[in-house]
Amino acid sequence: MLDPKEIRKDFPMFRNNIQMQGKPLVFLDNSSTTFKPDCVLEAVSRYYQYETSNSHRGDYDLCYNADQKILNVRKQIATFLNAKSENEIVFTSGATSSLNLVAYGYGGRFLKEGDEILIDEGEHASNVLPWFVVAKQTGATIKYIPLDKEGKVTIENLKKSLNSHTKIVSLAHVTNVLGFVLPAKEVAKVVHEAGAIFCLDGAQSVPHMKIDVQDLDCDFLCFSGHKMCGPTGIGVMYGKFDLLKEMDPYLVGGGMNDKFNSCGLFTYLLPPARFEAGTINIEGIYGLGAAISYLEKIGMENINAHEKELKRYAIEKLKETDNAIIYNENSESGIVTFNIKDVFAQDAATFLNSKGIACRSGQHCAKILNEFLGTPATVRASFYIYTTKEDIDALADAVKHGKDFLDAYF
Amino acid sequence: MPTFELTPMMMREIIMDHYSSPRHKGIPNGEGYEKLHASSTNCIDDFDLYLLVENGKVKDAKWEGVACTISSASTDIMCDRVIGNDYKTALYVIQQYLNMIEEKEYDDSVLDEALVFMNTGKQAARIHCATMGWTSMREMLEKDEKEGK
Repeated sequence: MLDPKEIRKDFPMFRNNIQMQGKPLVFLDNSSTTFKPDCVLEAVSRYYQYETSNSHRGDYDLCYNADQKILNVRKQIATFLNAKSENEIVFTSGATSSLNLVAYGYGGRFLKEGDEILIDEGEHASNVLPWFVVAKQTGATIKYIPLDKEGKVTIENLKKSLNSHTKIVSLAHVTNVLGFVLPAKEVAKVVHEAGAIFCLDGAQSVPHMKIDVQDLDCDFLCFSGHKMCGPTGIGVMYGKFDLLKEMDPYLVGGGMNDKFNSCGLFTYLLPPARFEAGTINIEGIYGLGAAISYLEKIGMENINAHEKELKRYAIEKLKETDNAIIYNENSESGIVTFNIKDVFAQDAATFLNSKGIACRSGQHCAKILNEFLGTPATVRASFYIYTTKEDIDALADAVKHGKDFLDAYF
Repeated sequence: MPTFELTPMMMREIIMDHYSSPRHKGIPNGEGYEKLHASSTNCIDDFDLYLLVENGKVKDAKWEGVACTISSASTDIMCDRVIGNDYKTALYVIQQYLNMIEEKEYDDSVLDEALVFMNTGKQAARIHCATMGWTSMREMLEKDEKEGK
């Protein structure tokens, strides 16, 4: 097991004793973003202090070194995900950008009128809106896999929703509101048998569990660096190379074209360069490489076990307060979604803020899900490697006194 | 100055009272109401504001939608503060309220129950909640005044 108190020593956000509302910070919004350890900050800083140069843009040593460094991180990520090759790793600005790239680059290229895109009502806006737009452009339609009574996608409901028109199935590996883990390997098998492509939104899974894209057999996997101790503005779209080769870029410009002339003729480079127009986020790539090394040193299995343990503890503690409505008791990830009895979610979050506790409230970018949950908004507490049981005790203590929520203002 | 001393306990009670039993919540039945939609990107607040102006005076103001406690109560109290006033007075009251929230100089004699929101600045994330009903009303009043309604 990992020791969150030891881990905190690596993080300036803990060492600097950050306070909120005059209270020690209890950070329970890790599904939104995570703190950065020293090694990530050092990697970003190293690029600017010792290794600045543009990639692919010069014939001198500094530039060659930056290119090598980027290649090494690409290889490192391929190994981390067990991809077949580093050429299947495309750098993007984050999961949103990755999902847009799959939607426009693959969906925009291949979808036709009458085709169906299959998602579900628990998806994040980033895995809904790109498909809405691409459906509008191509004449394809969006279909929803019905959720079971807990809010999960089941294989049974997936099978019922697939038909010969289904071309793309795009689902969260771990949903950002309820935290249910999709049986992705089984989903991939069923989707492929139906002749469709499977895109996996890994924003809430890649930071928290061991991922093997070959074993899962997903066609695409999208995730962000900043939710896994990396910098903001860097993310990855993994895609099977045979699919990437057929895709269009959605940004064109320098670094991605093979040749072009004044007659308007042009050809693209092979992936991944094809999808990385312009100067990419080089500091972000350095930082993401350092973040992955850091997480792997702790061990993805250990991280996953730690979060599951915290989840069980949080459920137990919140139940003891007798003042919480919990929406996802049975999901096996470090996300607890709840409301304080008789307190509107946003008011609850403000109250928690007044106690120094950072939680997200609202619809968490999954605006269709609240119709399912039957509440306009919820509070979400989400955990990571540095979350302690004391953090959860602080949350439970605040929830217990939830009826005093207006104290936040006095 | 208000005619009574506001204690934190009273302030809580006033906010909770307007939140749980709003006086001006609901879609108006009558004719002639203007409507403006107000919503927030950082809170769930999402409501319509209704305004009825007759002879240059606010005859009625209502709101309907989903909102947090601060947003609900502040919008409901705003309706109280503008009903019966002409444009000039209503806009003056609104400006004093916004000054209070922004922790600037303000005329507390016109705010009455709206004074309960004087501490909203303590919870910066909720400032928008406490003001969106008021700024939306200002937008409608300014437009009407300009159009000589």
